[in-house]
Amino acid sequence: MARTTFFDQVSANRRNSFLMAAFVVAVLGVLGFAIGFGVFGEPVAGVGTTGVALAFGGLSAAGTYFAGDKLVLKVSGAQPVTEQSAPQLMNVVREIAIAANVPMPDVYVIDDTAPNAFATGRDPEHASIAITTGLLQKLDREELQGVIAHELSHVRNFDIRFTLIVGVMVGAIAMLADFFLRFTFWGGARRSRGRDGGGGAQLIVFVIAIVLAILAPIIARFIQLAVSRQREYLADASAVELTRNPYGLERALAKISGDSEVLEAANRGTQHMYFTNPIKKFEARSSNLWSTHPPIVERINRLRELTGEAPLSAPEAATMAGLE
Amino acid sequence: MDNLPLIIIVVALVLLVVLAIGIYNGLVQRRLRIDEAFAQIEVQLKRRHDLIPNLVNAVKGYMGFEQKVLTDVTNARAQAVAAGAQGPAQQAAAENVLTSTLRSLFAVVENYPELKANQNVLELQEQLTTTENQISFSRQHYNATVLDYNTSIQVFPNVLLAGPLGFTRREFFDAEPEAANVPTVDLSLS
Repeated sequence: MARTTFFDQVSANRRNSFLMAAFVVAVLGVLGFAIGFGVFGEPVAGVGTTGVALAFGGLSAAGTYFAGDKLVLKVSGAQPVTEQSAPQLMNVVREIAIAANVPMPDVYVIDDTAPNAFATGRDPEHASIAITTGLLQKLDREELQGVIAHELSHVRNFDIRFTLIVGVMVGAIAMLADFFLRFTFWGGARRSRGRDGGGGAQLIVFVIAIVLAILAPIIARFIQLAVSRQREYLADASAVELTRNPYGLERALAKISGDSEVLEAANRGTQHMYFTNPIKKFEARSSNLWSTHPPIVERINRLRELTGEAPLSAPEAATMAGLE
Repeated sequence: MDNLPLIIIVVALVLLVVLAIGIYNGLVQRRLRIDEAFAQIEVQLKRRHDLIPNLVNAVKGYMGFEQKVLTDVTNARAQAVAAGAQGPAQQAAAENVLTSTLRSLFAVVENYPELKANQNVLELQEQLTTTENQISFSRQHYNATVLDYNTSIQVFPNVLLAGPLGFTRREFFDAEPEAANVPTVDLSLS
């Protein structure tokens, strides 16, 4: 049973990734066209700005594809570890890499007392995982194994590539929209209207472009977040599939949820990559559209479902959600 | 037009040969994957065999009353090393005995505070734990490749070629079949 659902989830995950990428490309294209047509009043100009928008998106995606992981590690203050400096961590990572049948990733440690972890890279051959010192201190071996299995599931499922590229593409939409809106407000549109004499079609497209520029970044971000939350559930399920042991991960989640520290190294740009949401004060306590992660109570309950245990009772859940 | 039947026969034969080559190559590839997966297990088994004498030496001095646990581990290790040449099923059985004697040993270590605090023992314990985990994950992988291969030599049309070409069933590296008769540890100090 659990196996079927696992493979169903993987294929749903792949489909979502593709749809998300297609959506982002389409939005970039349409937005580019509407801006070009709306501002210059000519479809040819629209095609030109579409090209510029797609090239811009494509270039930033390509840049991220090859250097994004290094950048993220640098920004988070991650230091590489060796066999000598963290033998147990390296052992656990090697075990799970064998279980997941992926090459041994590069392992990093972030000097921060808040317990958390993330994985990044473009594919399993170029993957890194980073763990905070707080996580190493607070979790026992079995719990650490659960967290590492969760992170290596992101690696194995190619979530890391999706996260890198889509993060940047969503950023590109936002930048393009922002650029256009500023340009409009500072008189760009007036100039073009004067030159053209003001066609009705141009005005309509121009209005559409403004609406798109306002809505597209918001919608893109919503979808990215929804997919991000879905991936967390999938990575939890995959972790159990790898370790054949849901208890380590379950205990790790419970322990981390009881920890109220904020991870200083995380910011708005990197929070969606972590094991649990590192910036708790920004986020509401229950599920909401702006969360990068599902609520921990819900993640624990889904794990308990796998083992046939009853979900957390209402008081237990309330305590945990309060701590989260 | 006269040689149309001939052409059809030749084309059909060529297609059959191509199909046979494809099947043969597929089977060879799957068989190699098993050997590769088994080699991975063997590396880790070897590592475990090498670690055990160190552990026995490290704890020997402390455990005056429980020499039997140590001799069990040493004997199980010797048998596991000897079973290395007897095929996956025998080897798996011997390794499982070794795993359970090691567990007994670590259970006994829990009773000795000086041992639990000994850095050397702790390191060996961590090394053995990770080796054991790696063995069990490699075993999952090995068994998956065996299952894949055994299935592929029995499905049609592969089954027509597998027998004559010498592709025979492979054994699983079994996961603790006799978990029921784990040896009991005598913890009485009398």
